[in-house]
Amino acid sequence: MSTIRIHQELIGDAKALVTVCPFGAIDASGGMVTIGEACRMCLMCVKKGPQGVFELVKDTEAVPSVDKSLWKGVLVAVEQREGHIHPVSLELIGKARELAGKVGQKVYASVIGEDVACVAGELLEYGIDTVCVYDDPALRYFRMEPYAAALEDAIAFLHPAVVLVGGTPIGRSLAPRAAAHLRTGLTADCTVLDIQENTDLDQIRPAFGGNIMAHIRTPNHRPQFATVRYKVFDIASKAAVCQGGIVVRHLGADQLASAVQVLEVTPKGVGSYIEDAQVIVAVGKGIARSSDIHLVEALAAALGGQVACTRPLVENGWMDARRQIGLSGRTVRPKLIITCGISGSVQFVAGMKGAERIIAINTDPNAPIFKTAHVGIVGDLFKIIPRLLDLIQNGEGVEKLCEEGSHGVQ
Amino acid sequence: MRILVLIKQVPLTSDVAIDSKTGVIKRESGETKMNPYDLFGLETALRLKERFSGEVLVLTMGPPQAESVIREAFMMGADEGYLLTDRSIAGSDVLATSFALSQAILVIGGIDLIVCGKQTTDGDTAQVGAECSEFLGIPCITSVQQICDIHDGYAILTSDTGATVEKVRVRLPALLGVDKDIHQPRLPSYIRMKDTLTREIHRIAVKDLPESDPNRYGLKGSPTQVLRIFPPEVNQDFVLWNEGDLARRLYQYLKQEKFLQERI
Repeated sequence: MSTIRIHQELIGDAKALVTVCPFGAIDASGGMVTIGEACRMCLMCVKKGPQGVFELVKDTEAVPSVDKSLWKGVLVAVEQREGHIHPVSLELIGKARELAGKVGQKVYASVIGEDVACVAGELLEYGIDTVCVYDDPALRYFRMEPYAAALEDAIAFLHPAVVLVGGTPIGRSLAPRAAAHLRTGLTADCTVLDIQENTDLDQIRPAFGGNIMAHIRTPNHRPQFATVRYKVFDIASKAAVCQGGIVVRHLGADQLASAVQVLEVTPKGVGSYIEDAQVIVAVGKGIARSSDIHLVEALAAALGGQVACTRPLVENGWMDARRQIGLSGRTVRPKLIITCGISGSVQFVAGMKGAERIIAINTDPNAPIFKTAHVGIVGDLFKIIPRLLDLIQNGEGVEKLCEEGSHGVQ
Repeated sequence: MRILVLIKQVPLTSDVAIDSKTGVIKRESGETKMNPYDLFGLETALRLKERFSGEVLVLTMGPPQAESVIREAFMMGADEGYLLTDRSIAGSDVLATSFALSQAILVIGGIDLIVCGKQTTDGDTAQVGAECSEFLGIPCITSVQQICDIHDGYAILTSDTGATVEKVRVRLPALLGVDKDIHQPRLPSYIRMKDTLTREIHRIAVKDLPESDPNRYGLKGSPTQVLRIFPPEVNQDFVLWNEGDLARRLYQYLKQEKFLQERI
């Protein structure tokens, strides 16, 4: 076990040292500086503390190192449902091509399901080199054990350096199950991915509700698993030439076995999902009554978009939970989001900061949302929105005459 | 039925800032609480106990101070508490945490059902439950919305898979990750607090675990390494409007940026 040695003789200001530890594990009360049980070996004291005071003493036992030359390429675990590829998989393929291109390696995909031959063909158009297909009635619905067995088989067959999985409910079950089986590292909900020449994956992810970003590597294990949420990366473009091939793999009965039996599948309520909306009008605690929601609904309709909200409105029962944006709700990445009466908690911002254009309307000039917005409007939404709707419907008075016909204003 | 709930002590608030020069987390206090998502797991377990009889056990991994979340679980109605604490598990990532927890679950033994919350508020990974299930070789269902029935060694439940809700039958023992809001968590009771004040908390150390290889625990058992932590970027490209005809300015902006064009 590695330990941290404290060089007491080098300590100047003992009290200042205490603040170096993010977990409050350093104690200077007893005359001596000590590290207590709260230590998580984050090594911040070694890295950020005064020079030489904290020293990492590694145990001498050598850890066997992985042969990275045996692990090459980037595998995307494609998610499909009834032959439709989940768009997050296409986003991951775009990123996989970028990463693989940097190190001159290949891009792979695995497709798991029943009757998925057409999906495999479609994937080749995105420039995949090898698509591994697992097609079996037992794989019709997602069940953790057989799906993980399929992904593990694809990894054993392809030996990829990196495995990318969509941060969907299914991906967030599949990736940890397979990563644990292979005893390798998994970094969840990455927002930035890059690759080193030796195929070490640079993974950046938020922690503490998005208040802190962490840069993570998996230096001595292969493959390196990362999950990425929907709408974090750009969707892949189709490749100019499709040169890839399809490999059909078969699993044994024991690999297809599961302790789970799917009894019934109910599609979730119809209606548009905010994740797919190009334009979103989001509303927060700035409205005082549920009856005021019609105002933002009218604006969303005028812009051809969807209405979304913050958590308190769901808790009040004013809006459907499926319309909630944030860490405990949905992540959205529209072309435009207009936030109305939303202060901008970190939890909310984490779910919408990927929007291309953010317009925030709030009466409080100090609202944190203005740190995220591209256009901040300090004003009363009850004055601004009705007039904006009027302008959208009727144009700008006199100017309207000149512009009529040239702008199809809705 | 023996139901085990995995719980974790997390900082009272995730509202932490980072000093961009030193990279050190600035925290107002060292105050902690039970991970709020775990309350839903615990409530689910307590309701199952009320419906089907049995006992509710809780397990947490952390420093000795993490005892306080076990006391909190007692106040809500948990029967037994286990604390996995050992200096050599410090610095554990998802893999090492899941492995150590699964080893502790083997030590506790005889568990029919393991219930976890959706995620924690500090690490935010939502992966530990599924990794534990792999190490234990038991089925795992995440995003559980409702537990309909438990009988003859099977649980019938519904789970949210994204686009659909599935009703499934799963063989026990199994690990279930429950969605937030599956049930309204009960409040801790003062009477139960007084009753459980002296109840023993079982401590588990690494030497008690079946796997004795030190390379599976703590920093050494963690494939992922944090290179650095840093504050999130603040948006630079920003205009603020606080005067004039704001509605008209917004209208003109939307028009100029082609958000008012006729849709195809």
